[in-house]
Amino acid sequence: MRKIINDPVKVVADALRGLAAAHPGLRVDLEAGIVVRADAPRSGKVGLVSGGGSGHEPLHVGFVGHGMLDAACPGEVFTSPVPDQILAATAAVDGGAGVLHIVKNYTGDVLNFRLAADFAKDDEDIEVATVVVDDDVAVQDSTYTAGRRGTGATLFVEKIAGALAEEGAPLEAVAAVAREVNERTRSFGVALSPCTVPAAGRPTFELDPGEMELGIGIHGEPGRERVKAGSANEIVTAALTAIDADMPLRGSDTLVLVNGMGGTPLLEQYVAYGVASSWLADHGVTVARSLVGPYVTSLEMAGCMISVCRLTPELLRLWDAPVQTPALRWGR
Amino acid sequence: MNASDFAAWIRRAAELVTADAERLTALDAAIGDGDHGLNLARGFGAAVTALDGLPAGTTPGKVLIGAGRAIVSKTGGASGPLYGTALRRAGKTLGDAAEPDAAALGTALRAALDGVRELGGAGEGDKTMVDALAAAVTAYETAVDGGAGLPAAARAAATGAAEGAEATVPMVARKGRASYLGPRSAGHLDPGAASTVLLLRALADVTGGEG
Repeated sequence: MRKIINDPVKVVADALRGLAAAHPGLRVDLEAGIVVRADAPRSGKVGLVSGGGSGHEPLHVGFVGHGMLDAACPGEVFTSPVPDQILAATAAVDGGAGVLHIVKNYTGDVLNFRLAADFAKDDEDIEVATVVVDDDVAVQDSTYTAGRRGTGATLFVEKIAGALAEEGAPLEAVAAVAREVNERTRSFGVALSPCTVPAAGRPTFELDPGEMELGIGIHGEPGRERVKAGSANEIVTAALTAIDADMPLRGSDTLVLVNGMGGTPLLEQYVAYGVASSWLADHGVTVARSLVGPYVTSLEMAGCMISVCRLTPELLRLWDAPVQTPALRWGR
Repeated sequence: MNASDFAAWIRRAAELVTADAERLTALDAAIGDGDHGLNLARGFGAAVTALDGLPAGTTPGKVLIGAGRAIVSKTGGASGPLYGTALRRAGKTLGDAAEPDAAALGTALRAALDGVRELGGAGEGDKTMVDALAAAVTAYETAVDGGAGLPAAARAAATGAAEGAEATVPMVARKGRASYLGPRSAGHLDPGAASTVLLLRALADVTGGEG
């Protein structure tokens, strides 16, 4: 796999340098390893901090800005950020109204954010609430696993909670809407190829050309089941059937994300969205808003993930609220 | 063991982890995401650097707390908080003792295991580092109860850890990233258990215990 890198162990720092140069509206602190809104901390506004392994761009660093995150903590590729980073981000965005940590449900992310929240409360006297995102229906038996993974719903949570925080809502309300979005969202992903972590230099798993991996996460890990590669119709139907079986969609107003995993062209993502749109109409589901593109990626993995959120009028209003970040921008 | 022996333990652990980083990463690629060796080598490297900054006349407890804090700060993943917590708990349990004996080290190792269990929520049989660490602590305590000195008990702990790690091979993972594979996780050595073996082997190496 050829990559545009200089040094595999410095790829995250080098990318942050580029992010800082491309987006002067962001404060990129290379020393602390955090990306912060230029106007943070805003007095009286709840601060939103998220983070996770790098390699999922634009998640999370591309979602820092007006109406979304106040700070992001990018870890090494597919490795959670460390507590010092999370603590620095938390302190940087605390405007006295508390800070919400948005954490994808992966063991490393959960543990590092938990330690950071403890340090923030004990050492800095900052009130921290935590929302763990776990929308991935591919993990069926959460009693015998680390639980469902956080995937596409993370974008919805960050956007909608960010909009409410921007309006000046208190920490409790921002955390509650974040949890509500997570509870109303389900996702399912399919991989057609693995990806290669730069520092490891080889693919995270092997997949024959005739095979696809159903129920993937976003860290290049293999999924639940390996089957014969199918058409767009088969892939999208498998994903939506799994989502609908877990959270019946009929009669709902929905927000739908067809998310490219990094290596699948936008052309194919629109093919997938076309299939999804027909499937949803056939099953009595209204699509109120949609988003198509690579938003929560897994390096150059080929494949797609579909996320569906059952909206309420209030969630729709918050989704439509102005947002200005490197990767998501409307209304402003 | 005095403070410099404890520092030697951490240094030896860093050597073993660095030497085995590729193997740990390969184990992780099979059932996780393929970064365990890289992360742990970075974390233990940071721990060694932190040891260099400790003042002369420091205590064994402070050595472990300092190393643990550095590992928490630099490792990332799940292994950073877990190994960092293990060392910090052990260090706090040792208190101000200048030269803990075999029994005191046993109490500290037991506290490390409890810390890992509490933070990670894993128990024995979940195919995690707990399987290796619990077997090591039990073997250490059994050896001390049988009258063994610290070196022999440390060697027993290393052997126990290796057996506990080996036992993870047929297990189906119930915690950590491997759990997403369900039954497909069976047949693989757990990478966290494998790295735990290195930590206990390092302890046996620096105390010079014979098998």
